[in-house]
Amino acid sequence: MTVQQMTVQPMNAVDSTMWFEVCALGALGREEGVAALLPDGTQVAVFRTHDDRVFALANLDPFSGAAVLARGIVGDLGGTPVVASPMHKQHFDLRTGACVEDGTVAVPTYPVRVSGGTISLGRT
Amino acid sequence: MARTLVVVGNGMVGHRLVQAVRDRDTDGGWQVVVFAEEPRPAYDRVALTSYVDGWDPLGLQLDGAEFTDDPGVELVLGDAVASIDRAARTVTTAAGRTQPYDALALATGSAPFVPPVPGRDLPGCHVYRTIDDLDAIRASAERARAGTGRGAALVIGGGLLGLEAAKALRDMGLSPHVVELAPRLMPLQVDEGGGALLKRLIEDLDVTVHPGTSTGAIEPDRGRLLATLGNGTELDVDLVVFSAGIRPRDQLARDAGLPVGERGGILVDEACRTADPHVYAIGECANLDGRVYGLVAPGYSMAEVVADRLLGGTATFPGADMSTKLKLMGVDVASFGDAHAATEGALEVVVNDAVKGTYKKLVVSDDAKTLLGGVLVGDAADYALLRPLVGRPLPGDPGALLAPAGGGGGGVGVDALPDEAQVCSCNAVTKGAIRAAVHEQGCDDVPKLKSCTRAGASCGSCVPMLKQLLSSFGVEQSKAVCEHFTQSRAELYEIVRVTGITTFSDLIERHGTGGRGCDVCKPVAASILASLGNGHILTDGQAGLQDTNDRFLANIQRNGTYSVVPRIPGGEITPEKLLVLAQVALDFGLYTKITGGQRIDLFGATVDQLPVIWKRLVDAGFESGHAYGKSLRTVKSCVGETWCRYGVQDSVGLAVELELRYRGLRSPHKLKSGVSGCARECAEARGKDFGVIATDNGWNLYVGGNGGTMPRHADLLVSEVDKETLLRVIDRFLMFYIRTADRLQRTSAWLDAMEGGLDHLRDVVVHDSLGIAAELEAQMAEHVRGYADEWAGVLADPEKLARFTSFVNAPGAPDPTIAFREERGQRVPVLLGTPEVISR
Repeated sequence: MTVQQMTVQPMNAVDSTMWFEVCALGALGREEGVAALLPDGTQVAVFRTHDDRVFALANLDPFSGAAVLARGIVGDLGGTPVVASPMHKQHFDLRTGACVEDGTVAVPTYPVRVSGGTISLGRT
Repeated sequence: MARTLVVVGNGMVGHRLVQAVRDRDTDGGWQVVVFAEEPRPAYDRVALTSYVDGWDPLGLQLDGAEFTDDPGVELVLGDAVASIDRAARTVTTAAGRTQPYDALALATGSAPFVPPVPGRDLPGCHVYRTIDDLDAIRASAERARAGTGRGAALVIGGGLLGLEAAKALRDMGLSPHVVELAPRLMPLQVDEGGGALLKRLIEDLDVTVHPGTSTGAIEPDRGRLLATLGNGTELDVDLVVFSAGIRPRDQLARDAGLPVGERGGILVDEACRTADPHVYAIGECANLDGRVYGLVAPGYSMAEVVADRLLGGTATFPGADMSTKLKLMGVDVASFGDAHAATEGALEVVVNDAVKGTYKKLVVSDDAKTLLGGVLVGDAADYALLRPLVGRPLPGDPGALLAPAGGGGGGVGVDALPDEAQVCSCNAVTKGAIRAAVHEQGCDDVPKLKSCTRAGASCGSCVPMLKQLLSSFGVEQSKAVCEHFTQSRAELYEIVRVTGITTFSDLIERHGTGGRGCDVCKPVAASILASLGNGHILTDGQAGLQDTNDRFLANIQRNGTYSVVPRIPGGEITPEKLLVLAQVALDFGLYTKITGGQRIDLFGATVDQLPVIWKRLVDAGFESGHAYGKSLRTVKSCVGETWCRYGVQDSVGLAVELELRYRGLRSPHKLKSGVSGCARECAEARGKDFGVIATDNGWNLYVGGNGGTMPRHADLLVSEVDKETLLRVIDRFLMFYIRTADRLQRTSAWLDAMEGGLDHLRDVVVHDSLGIAAELEAQMAEHVRGYADEWAGVLADPEKLARFTSFVNAPGAPDPTIAFREERGQRVPVLLGTPEVISR
């Protein structure tokens, strides 16, 4: 399957953000993550917290270089929603992408919205 | 050029000297040559009696005794030094080898003293000193057992060694008699009151004690031996063991013209140097200020002194603590300091509880302010705290110190100990040294203290005190799993077990500190839920708790792909199944490697390939190998008696049975096992969490072994049991571990940290001291009954299968970051460049 054939649709670009539908909210369990592929090949890790908020970070773990963050355990540290890298357990703030253990490291975040039960990722 | 140190004698003290020199001699200034009279590397002679538990000489071998990987040490076994030429500075061995030395250390130890009893040389008369002695005693005992009725044995000498020998004989199925010249047992250590209680407790254990008499003669009598005691008693016995004391082995030194003491022992100064400055003497063969020390701890101190001197130091022998604590046939005996109140004006405080079977005596100074010594029989729990207080002001009323309540020294706390107080007498570690290790080297638990200071690394009796010291030094001994739970893993396990909670959300809501949980507590809870049988680990509500390995039932590798390990029980596999593995590996381009646990690991599978691969494997009769889980991994085996000409039991058959019994069992950490078909131990079972070694008469079970960064030989738990007993004990052992261990604590660390150590473990899982054995067994029976293959469970459930996609919006699209190259004919990952990190 090539990227062009994927079920990713550019949405109306009012604010110059391109939105791509990724999956139904129901396809993502609470306090779990999934990986999504954007048309340009970017891998995004999409997480849903217990309160049904949805966050999107780069899937690439900056420490190992492997695209695995979506497979980490979702939880909280001191009230901050985080995902733990499944490789070496560094934690990333789901809201900002900041690494909890190393202040000089952060992963990119992506705009995300949920409408009509569907999760979409934004690309500016 | 390196100088040569020749060490004569390879007992515990000689070995300690070699170790100490090798540890400190970082510049390679000394080349060490060790001559051992015995044919085997140094072993733990203090624990000689435990040899009877499994007749496994390797079980006693001291750590690092072989020096195989150390070019700085040449260990010559089975060749005693016969003479010393001090002028030429050479030694010549019995086999005729002449070895020059720059420094010579005599560590020849001592020889058993055999009183001149007529008949002492008859067949069936033995001494109790070496492994060979015990083998000879065993041979006599077996001849006795082959006769009619229960055999009997006579032990001459009721001191520490004599009671050890009595225990060994009893364990060999004989009825021991102990003859002691003094009016009580262990006359050197205990007083009259303690000796009376000791006699009673020992006689309860089928040992007959004859105090206050001698052995007049031993005569042959119709294939047995007839011993006539000084009081006229005649005893028919099958063998006799002399344990009437020891004498320093100083003949070599005498022959070389070195001065010895009046009652033997090579005279040394406080640097442990003999009259010849190139010759040292250490341990039981040395005589310092007219004293010969027959305990291992002073010998170790001497070894350390000599090592220091050889490397230019100025250490001197600090004097020895002759305190003793031991467990004889389950009876605690301890004596310390001035146990016999020999000090002028000394006062005694005695608590003699005949009902509980405990005797405790403290010896204090005439003003009752200073502790001088004491004797404890029946319960020596207070020893660890009382002994270091000897010679120091009493922290409270002497009577209160012996009060039964309060545990660990009655009213004494570790805070009362001064920094110079020795906490570990085996390795001479003071409270100050522990303090330094905690504050300066960051030791924050008992295992770290052990490896850092050696405290608690020998007999382990000070481990409870180490724990108290840690908290006294402000080390938070918090067992809290993480910020979300104040409880330890063991406590959470109990909560889940007792309340029947089946979900993490219930657990954290009702017992957590608030918050949602994290990558520490979630897998812990998932493991506990799985241990207690809560269905498939990917059922709703559990999948998100699992670490990635459990979540994808495979092992994540550095490039984000996974490896696949099907179960190959006992390492036994048919050629047909090998072909299946080979074909799957070829079809999916998987790198293959044989694992250390005797199975085959297939590397490089992507998430979406896992179910396809496993469909093929499950169809061919494979099941999950749980290589990804904190659960039973493998039971390694040697080929056993079916093929091996040395094998004495079917090790493969047992390994397969064990692996199938315990497969899928979730535990605090991974579990490895092994089964060897004979004492050659080709399956390396003693490096496993639980290992089984076949004997002619059954199976020996060893527990708490580990390889890895902290290698540990497993300890013998039970010996020569039949399979049914073996399974029962393993069931209990594993369930007790699952119930009480910390998160990610292997059985080795669990056992090291356990109060009471191996004895306690044996009490619980063999003797059922907690009354939980039936429950543990029932739990394991439930596990065995409830087992189902996890991968078959995934393949049968579309919802679980749906998790195995690379991208939620592009299932089947490959992860573009994964690439392979070829190395030695197989696909391996292209190393991932670390991406540019965004700086905040």
